[in-house]
Amino acid sequence: MKKLMLGNEAIARGLYEAGVKLVSSYPGTPSTEITEFAAKYDEIYCEWAPNEKVATETAFGASLRGARSACAMKHVGLNVAADPLFTLSYTGVTGGMVIFVADDPAMHSSQNEQDSRHYAIAAKVPMLEPSDSAEAKEFVKEAFELSEKFDTPVLFRMCTRIAHSQSIVELGERKEIELPAYEKNPTKYIMAPANAVKRHPFVEERTKKIAEFAETSPLNRVEKGTDNKIGIICAGTCYQYVKEVFGDSVCVLKLGIVNPLPEKLIKDFAAGVDKLYVIEELDGVIETFVKNIGVECVGKEMFSPLGEYNQTTIKKAFGLELPKSVKTATAVPVRPPVMCAGCPHRGMFYVLAKNKITALGDIGCYTLGSAAPLFALDSTLCMGASVSGLHGFNKVGGAESEKTTVCVIGDSTFMHSGMTGLVNIAYNASNSTVIILDNSITGMTGHQQNPTTGFNIKNEPATAVNIEEFVRSIGIKRVRVVDPYDLKQCETAVKEELAVNEPSVIISRRPCMLLLKYVKPKPALKVNGDKCVGCKMCMKLGCPAISVKNGKAVIDATQCVGCAVCTQLCKINAIEE
Amino acid sequence: METKNVMIVGVGGQGSLLASKLLGALLTDEGYDVKVSEVHGMSQRGGSVVTYVRFGEKVYSPVISEGEADFIVSFEKLEAARYANCLKEGGKIVVNVQQIDPMPVITGAAEYPENILEELKAKEVFIDEIDALKLAEQAGSSKAVNIVLMGRLAKYFDIEKEKWLSAIEKTVKPQFVEINKKAFELGFSS
Repeated sequence: MKKLMLGNEAIARGLYEAGVKLVSSYPGTPSTEITEFAAKYDEIYCEWAPNEKVATETAFGASLRGARSACAMKHVGLNVAADPLFTLSYTGVTGGMVIFVADDPAMHSSQNEQDSRHYAIAAKVPMLEPSDSAEAKEFVKEAFELSEKFDTPVLFRMCTRIAHSQSIVELGERKEIELPAYEKNPTKYIMAPANAVKRHPFVEERTKKIAEFAETSPLNRVEKGTDNKIGIICAGTCYQYVKEVFGDSVCVLKLGIVNPLPEKLIKDFAAGVDKLYVIEELDGVIETFVKNIGVECVGKEMFSPLGEYNQTTIKKAFGLELPKSVKTATAVPVRPPVMCAGCPHRGMFYVLAKNKITALGDIGCYTLGSAAPLFALDSTLCMGASVSGLHGFNKVGGAESEKTTVCVIGDSTFMHSGMTGLVNIAYNASNSTVIILDNSITGMTGHQQNPTTGFNIKNEPATAVNIEEFVRSIGIKRVRVVDPYDLKQCETAVKEELAVNEPSVIISRRPCMLLLKYVKPKPALKVNGDKCVGCKMCMKLGCPAISVKNGKAVIDATQCVGCAVCTQLCKINAIEE
Repeated sequence: METKNVMIVGVGGQGSLLASKLLGALLTDEGYDVKVSEVHGMSQRGGSVVTYVRFGEKVYSPVISEGEADFIVSFEKLEAARYANCLKEGGKIVVNVQQIDPMPVITGAAEYPENILEELKAKEVFIDEIDALKLAEQAGSSKAVNIVLMGRLAKYFDIEKEKWLSAIEKTVKPQFVEINKKAFELGFSS
């Protein structure tokens, strides 16, 4: 049976067909759907873990017990999971283990543009990279074979254009694998120095063996062109762009195993063409290898390390003719993403902006609070950094900082890695004010459950972390809950907590307004044109439903959900139900 | 056959993903090689969104670039102009005449270019304007703008209407099939 499938859905299908028993992940664009689709197969135990490190270690445990296991994360998630990864390389596996990592060139939904291939090199583990959904599914099965054959975890690289593109996949059957009896193997799995020192030579030897395997594996293939003038080495999505532009007219070395790279195959391929090019998005990883083995090639001299490529990128680089296109002379205003109308984060951000409070931010929808007109944030670094950063900021800034600075972090991000920062605040006696924006869901990635929501990945009831009790249990006495739709309540709380000389936590709690399971949008509000004086106070909220037409505020009824935060700013009560 | 390219553009939250899902299912059933490329995550929060649908005998790239689109289906006027440079010579734009102000316009940092479609027409770009919001409301839900637009696009395709309707049955939740079929008909016949 053939089916049009998202790359991530095809991976989930591959996990199913490969007989995988456990998938543990933390959501992150563009990797999230791998685990969401995997959870639809009852044969696979799936879960959202609090973070990528926990997810990877959970998959390790399943592998140790003998089952095929996987975890999925976005590129920056692998930074969090790097600790288990590097030593997993030494222990190797019992059941096959694959770590899916999705890069985001052009940063459609990310804070940096890191290239995950460096991790494969640094951790000395093989990495596969597919070019479409059909390959994604087949490569998953190959990855597990490779993992078990060479006793190694396998990294599986995706990028946005493969993860979030649909193409046709031929479905196969699941191969069920019986769980073997558990056998204790301390010299392989206890990575104390005496054992690890023996595993390191194994890792070096393994890399050589996999490189040899890569020389002849069908995952790497040469496609002969109609002439030999141009030879191109590529992998992943770049292969598609190369074929789009050149068809069968050039020679292509298409790599499915992007680490380790096949030295002899590359040398032979290079010898058969007049000029060799390496086309790869982000860093010149393949190019560096090719040059290191003494093969001449052109790579980043012609192609940028920034952003995504497409067929036009390649045409321009090779000086090929571009199709005609129209352009308007009038500038088209940009349309950046914004917090939704009725977003519960908006009220708190308005209060912070109004009081000119310095706010260290975190990763999630609420990063959008940094945009005009609120400009409510001062920093966004990585998951959890707002809490730990605030502590450092206040420790050197002293009383002046402590009275004017907060951090904001979402419920899911707080579970991910904000908790440890808060323990540091309590333990090291920081007069810091932490605001947890609890919208009862992992928002930005598309509504995934998390340990605070009371539901698991299958939407079954689950144990919910009580944030207030957690905060108290680590020794913070001042905890209060506010409703972000109530501006006065928020402002009072922020002012009072900033004033005290001890750690405090404000939980700004209201479900995401897109969470229709709990939230019933109210009828849209209207502006009474006779009353409105056009003072634009309501515009300070940056609500996408409010605009000014002919000097009066207007509310877009298709967007307004009646949150009534704007009515609290209108001094003449012109906004009505 | 040469690969055909359809771009679906709009504002995050307008339902362009369902439109591309419908188109993808239909074209796969027709026996084409199909690629659909979407963007999830941050841009879905009211930002400019674009989905690429490509079909033919063998499709390589999942994306559509400058001067390559046979059709651009735009859920909003400004977005039609934003991606007009992707239109092929002789390509067609189907546009919902709805105006959704982007944040720079709302804050007063930029102006909404009211005559942007006229400017494109002056450059001899084929533009088919449709009030898809009105038709969607007429069909029973303002959310059906996406299917109204698919109905309009269907006019330019050599695929029988019945096949589109059966693709709707396959892609839309059962409780919304009737509204969406009606929305399709209104887009098709208006």
